[in-house]
Amino acid sequence: MSNILEVNKVVKTYGDYTALNEVSLSVPKGSIYGLLGPNGAGKTSLIRIINQITLPDSGTILLDGEKLQPKHIQSIGYLPEERGLYKSMKVGEQCLYLAQMKGLSKAEAKKQLEYWFDKLDIKGWWNKKIEELSKGMAQKIQFVVTVLHQPKLLIFDEPFSGFDPVNANLIKDEILELREKGATIIFSTHRMESVEELCDHIALIHKSNKLIEGKLNDVKRAYRSNTFEVGILTSNVEGLMYDLTQKFKVSPASFKSLNEDLKLQIELGTANSNELLHVLTQRGQVTHFVEKIPSVNDIFIQTVTQ
Amino acid sequence: MSILTLIIKREFIAKVRNKSFIVMTFLSPLLFVALAAFVGYLSTLRSDVKKIMIHDESNLFANDFKQTDEYHYLDFSQMPLQALKDSIVAEKYEGILFIPKNADNKELSTKIQYISNESPSMSFIEDLQDIIGKKMTVDNFQKAGLDTLAIKNAQAKVNINLTKVSGEETVKGLNEIKVIIGGAFGYLIMMFIIIYGNMVMRSVIEEKTNRIIEIIISSVKPFQLMMGKIIGTSLAGVLQFVIWAIVGTILFFVASLFFGMEMSTPTTEMASASGNNFAGTAQLYISELMNLPLGTLLSSFLIYFIGGYFLYSSIYAAIGAAVDNETDSQQFLLPIIMPLMLGVYIGFFSVLSEPHGTIATVFSMIPLTSPIVMLMRIPFGVPWWQILISVTILFATFFFVVWFASKIYRVGILMYGKKPTWKELYKWLKY
Repeated sequence: MSNILEVNKVVKTYGDYTALNEVSLSVPKGSIYGLLGPNGAGKTSLIRIINQITLPDSGTILLDGEKLQPKHIQSIGYLPEERGLYKSMKVGEQCLYLAQMKGLSKAEAKKQLEYWFDKLDIKGWWNKKIEELSKGMAQKIQFVVTVLHQPKLLIFDEPFSGFDPVNANLIKDEILELREKGATIIFSTHRMESVEELCDHIALIHKSNKLIEGKLNDVKRAYRSNTFEVGILTSNVEGLMYDLTQKFKVSPASFKSLNEDLKLQIELGTANSNELLHVLTQRGQVTHFVEKIPSVNDIFIQTVTQ
Repeated sequence: MSILTLIIKREFIAKVRNKSFIVMTFLSPLLFVALAAFVGYLSTLRSDVKKIMIHDESNLFANDFKQTDEYHYLDFSQMPLQALKDSIVAEKYEGILFIPKNADNKELSTKIQYISNESPSMSFIEDLQDIIGKKMTVDNFQKAGLDTLAIKNAQAKVNINLTKVSGEETVKGLNEIKVIIGGAFGYLIMMFIIIYGNMVMRSVIEEKTNRIIEIIISSVKPFQLMMGKIIGTSLAGVLQFVIWAIVGTILFFVASLFFGMEMSTPTTEMASASGNNFAGTAQLYISELMNLPLGTLLSSFLIYFIGGYFLYSSIYAAIGAAVDNETDSQQFLLPIIMPLMLGVYIGFFSVLSEPHGTIATVFSMIPLTSPIVMLMRIPFGVPWWQILISVTILFATFFFVVWFASKIYRVGILMYGKKPTWKELYKWLKY
């Protein structure tokens, strides 16, 4: 799988402040790529550079193998975090205007708009002014404007903020469908659960530097600590604890279970899971045995606070 | 359609469709005419007659005060001064002119008093001084044994006729007309810059507060957006001016028909004011007006208008980009308004007295004032090389300022939060 976007050692400074310090990223074609990082990490700076809103001080960016240039504006769809529309302009006119700015002809823009308005069930809004719409409704329009010109690369900055759960789900499905159709999606967000759910690749930027990048599973594998969550029914708790603490690091755990079992979190260190199972089966009945996979949230917090 | 025309079109339509634009466009000529009619009506009202008491102990001057529409002089020399003072409020008199008895005119000239509750106008006091002074002079002549009639006849009065090198006779008062024509053009430019510059600024701020800006500039270059905004807004302004001109002309004709005014009245009035043979003089005025460099005037109006408007409105756009709301813009607006005001003042004071003097010439070269000052000078005939230099400087500055403004604009539109300082603006230039 080739990369649709290659960011090579991009540096961006504002006066004395370095917003991006030699950041490199590779976004594979057809992926949903989560761009993570705390506030002020440099995500927006990077996104603005990819959108050619600002220029990098040094470094190169390749889009689909070509050096980034003005014509690529048409290949990118961008939904900024700070979003808005002309309040006193009518929905239809506004969409046409923004679509034409992305290089679509008026006829083509109209055709696409009809398709999307139909799809999102907002047909009746064409002649309404934005100021007459609710925030969530305006967000839908905004989403349409972003994807209208069928870009290869979509960049969503906090796409679900401002949507109610129903609409958020609708948008999520649309995003997945766009991916099915071949688009690549870069996703910048703080909402880790949506990252877990949607992303197959992630990158973490912190204090202007990229700290982590890769497939979500690879990253998780790298961050796993060989820790297992165990539930066990036993009559001899002391004996079990004695055996376990001889070999492993044990701490209490909490997870949902129907049994009145003993819940433990056990770090194996260099040992393998069979050794743990062996100890456990000798002392009681195992009701729960799961490797503790680090969540994106854990990885995020662990990396950022280090 | 290119992106720039797309932006221009949107800006134009957004401005023109705005309710306040429509109201302003069709209401202001009506308002203007109504105001003019109101002022005209007010001036036909006779102001209250002011009654002045004269207490002349010398008995020398009382008969020299002529009654006018505005002032009535009443001789109360026989009544005691204190009684007059007491009655001034009750009898609604404006004031008392008190001339004490004094044998020596020299001494008397410093002893005369005007007593009143409200301070009188300067011109009124000057008139009084003039009347008394003249009478005293005659009295002095008589006391010295001089023949006043001989002196009067000996006094010479000169009226200089104005002629150009080319031999044509010119008319007096034409300078004023020239200043009015040039001034009107200069003033128009100033108004346009302030009104539409502000509109550009508001439109930039609107995009910022709407937060649509980031979407837009992910599709177009900030420079394109800024220029599109400036051009689109100016086209809306030009449309407004054209409508005003048309509506104004129609209203003027309607009004003149309605009030039965004759179109030729102003010309004949001017001519009769300048004296003899007014038909011939009127002819002279008209031919002089025709001789004004109208072509130069109109074409340079256009050039200076474009240069000045673009220069200023790009600064307005930069300010709009730098701030989050209109209230914050005040601090940055003052330096813009100042040179505009300066241009108008210089135009009216310096150009009128000395159209080709150093001050007028210098300020018609400085780009921030040249659109106004140079336009006021042009009716007086400005050498072509001066216009050329001035226009060159104006457009060079224009390109520099647009470059400079677009830098601030580019950074500013994505900055939210605190109001920037001058120092920060300078830093943005280097981003």
